[in-house]
Amino acid sequence: MLDVQGLTVRFPSRHGDFTAIEGVSLSVNPGEIHGLVGESGAGKSTIGAAVIGLLQPPGYIAEGTMTLGDVDLRNLTAAQAHQMRGARISMIFQDPQTSLNPLMTVEDQLIETIQAHEDISTSDARTRAIELLEEIGIKQAATRIKAYPHQFSGGMRQRVVIALALCTNPELIIADEPTTALDVAVQSQVLDLIKRLAQTRGIGFILITHDIGVIAQITDNVTVLRGGKVMEHGPTERVLRAPEHPYTKALMDAVPRLDKRVERFLVPESDVVKVASPAGLTGADAEAWLLDGVQQGGADLEMKDVTVRFAGTRTSLWTKPEPFVALDSVSMQVRPGTVMGLVGESGSGKSTMAKVITGLVSPAEGQMTLAGDPLPAAKQRPRDHVSRRLIQMVFQDPYSSLNARHRIGEILSEPLWLYGLEPDAARRRQISAAMLDLVGLSADSIDRYPHQFSGGQRQRIAVARALLARPRFLICDEPTSALDVSIQAQVLNLLKDLQARFGLTILFISHNLAVVRQMSDDITVLRNGKVVEAQRSEAFFTAPKADYARELLQLTPAITF
Amino acid sequence: MVYFILKRLFQSIFVMLAVAFLSFSLFRFVGDPVSQMTGVETTVEDRERLREELGLNDPFLFQFARFTGDLLQGDFGYSYRTRQPVAEMIADRIPATLELGTVALIISLLVGIPAGVYTALNPRGFVTQSILLTTLVGVSIPTFVIGIMLIFLFGVQLGWLPTFGRGGTVQIGGWTSSLFTVEGWRALILPAFTLGVYQLTLTMRLVRAEMMEVMRSDYILFATARGIPWRRLHFRHALANTMVPVITIIGLQFGGVIAFSIVTESVFQWPGMGLLFLESIRFVDIPVMGVYLVVIAFFFVLVNLAVDLLYIAIDPRLRVKEAA
Repeated sequence: MLDVQGLTVRFPSRHGDFTAIEGVSLSVNPGEIHGLVGESGAGKSTIGAAVIGLLQPPGYIAEGTMTLGDVDLRNLTAAQAHQMRGARISMIFQDPQTSLNPLMTVEDQLIETIQAHEDISTSDARTRAIELLEEIGIKQAATRIKAYPHQFSGGMRQRVVIALALCTNPELIIADEPTTALDVAVQSQVLDLIKRLAQTRGIGFILITHDIGVIAQITDNVTVLRGGKVMEHGPTERVLRAPEHPYTKALMDAVPRLDKRVERFLVPESDVVKVASPAGLTGADAEAWLLDGVQQGGADLEMKDVTVRFAGTRTSLWTKPEPFVALDSVSMQVRPGTVMGLVGESGSGKSTMAKVITGLVSPAEGQMTLAGDPLPAAKQRPRDHVSRRLIQMVFQDPYSSLNARHRIGEILSEPLWLYGLEPDAARRRQISAAMLDLVGLSADSIDRYPHQFSGGQRQRIAVARALLARPRFLICDEPTSALDVSIQAQVLNLLKDLQARFGLTILFISHNLAVVRQMSDDITVLRNGKVVEAQRSEAFFTAPKADYARELLQLTPAITF
Repeated sequence: MVYFILKRLFQSIFVMLAVAFLSFSLFRFVGDPVSQMTGVETTVEDRERLREELGLNDPFLFQFARFTGDLLQGDFGYSYRTRQPVAEMIADRIPATLELGTVALIISLLVGIPAGVYTALNPRGFVTQSILLTTLVGVSIPTFVIGIMLIFLFGVQLGWLPTFGRGGTVQIGGWTSSLFTVEGWRALILPAFTLGVYQLTLTMRLVRAEMMEVMRSDYILFATARGIPWRRLHFRHALANTMVPVITIIGLQFGGVIAFSIVTESVFQWPGMGLLFLESIRFVDIPVMGVYLVVIAFFFVLVNLAVDLLYIAIDPRLRVKEAA
């Protein structure tokens, strides 16, 4: 059906053309789900955009042929191409929060899409829209269709997006990371839906994803991309079971496994050219400096019956709004020098836990102790309380957690003067440079700005900043979920190394069970602000006690080949 | 929804009280009211009697309460200069200013929004660049210069339009309108354009910036991928989303246009509130100035309330969450 041969896309720039994809060939048959997998910058989305004719200018197709059935996709006028979109090729985007027009009801959006391609009365279009919504699993579609997008939950919204892509009966749907923004449970429902639609309606799908688990779960064929070139392609089972290309192998090795724990991930040696620190201090010195400060090792943390409530939205003038209970008498014990994995879907209260511990949110009830000393709630905790130094945090998004207007040197030396660890500015700079070396960055990075680094490098900087406070308790809130698998593997390795060397206590928050398995000694599962299960990690993964935990484990896409 | 409006109204009361206080302080503390009302030959005893009669010896808060109470009952006091009731003077002038401001707003929206949409959709075209350049020149020149230039060109050189006053007016109830005669429109067009030119530019640039932002959003991309006709895509999907932030600014600006039409009114000798305010300043006619302040604040509050309601009408996310 869709046949792409030798597709090359270029983006002109001042320094000559940049080739985004080069000589890519792929074909999709009716009812086939074709996976495109690769890390960021591999050109996956560019292929999708080229097929549907929505390349961001000034990008252009330099070479190659693209045909859909008997239509040459490269040989269409702008008007023909626009008519083709929706009618024969459609698309599903990553984030259901942003891909629906917030000001129009779902009904209006569905009806206008159907009417854009078919001469059909509004009431007929509405009937078809309602049938479609029911088919893809939205209950009481006849009334729900009148709702606005914000009145649907994330998973339901993605179903509406799928309905919109589907309502004109296209032959091919390009799904660009359709489940990346969703929780595992919802993700597996949406993937099942895609699979069912491919089988029952014979729609061809191009599934663009960075997640090999998703590829393994539903695709028939897969194309592995790197730097705009095809590394390997073939039936999914064959490619994943016996990868031929070294890159595919490396990619597979970097994926955290849900079924077993590995000590270290295999990653290709990083090609960072090490530059000696100007002051001659190296990672070893930073290590010595750190060991000097954390002689006591990691601190244990105990939370007892911690409850957090947020004010609800006021709906009426006279009744007091119902408070939203983010954490409902949660107790947790983190043993010193171990990694506690904190798991749960979005809205389960994971990040609120981190905020309570760091003193950003005040609990309504409950006690906390750090290394035996009581840990005051946010409002009572003085700015210079010792826990503000002992507890450090690594955030999820390395793009927004570093001040873009500060040089790396300033960012790193801040904890040193803030906590009064090092009075001498020159010495602060030396230690910062040495710390960069320790986390695997070149020491000359110290005079650069955050935007000059990649996501993985920035996360290393964030880790270095946390370490420079000589913490005894480190909170990592989804530290790798914004990173590519191979970068994720590197950062996880780094965290493991540091934890082993300094005996840090780590609270590792993640929604990804496979990652948590690799990292943690103990596990706490949260759901709707309550602890569902808490036990040793290995025991949890072999025999979870709670039904919810079991369900979560089953739904996580696993590479079973 | 009801709660939201009540909350807004409640806040508005405080704004109005604050302005009333300001206006009262002006009245009470800028000079001695008695010496402004009386001549040099008034005796000290008479002055003292007057002071007692007017209640100027009462406690401060009591006086303020009486002032506010009088305002609420529509008793705005008397002008020092003309000895007329201030309420009458303001009521005489309000129609002229409101008509001028509204027509200026309509001109700016009718030209500004389409121009903004056009320049956003064709960001590199020759026409776009020319429009942007012209409007840049437009905002850089002060209002009164534009007004004088327009008077010179259309009033003096070409002799097409009158250069001052309201032209023919029609009396409808207590409202003197110039919207129902050709002469009235001819007199209105120049000052309205002068007043609206800044707002026009602002609207256009805002619409352009917002629209370009919206056109890059995921839902527009998705609508494009579904093959929604371009016309509908631009005007139904993109424009509605563009208007949400634009409305706030336009609303605030409209309040400003009413309040600060002083310059334009004085250039065109337009008999509106702005001109009245200028005359009052010249004669230190404090009662008129105080009431002018209160009336203008009232307009601001009203316009802002209207903007908030419009917001709710446009954006369903701001309506109270129904059971999802």
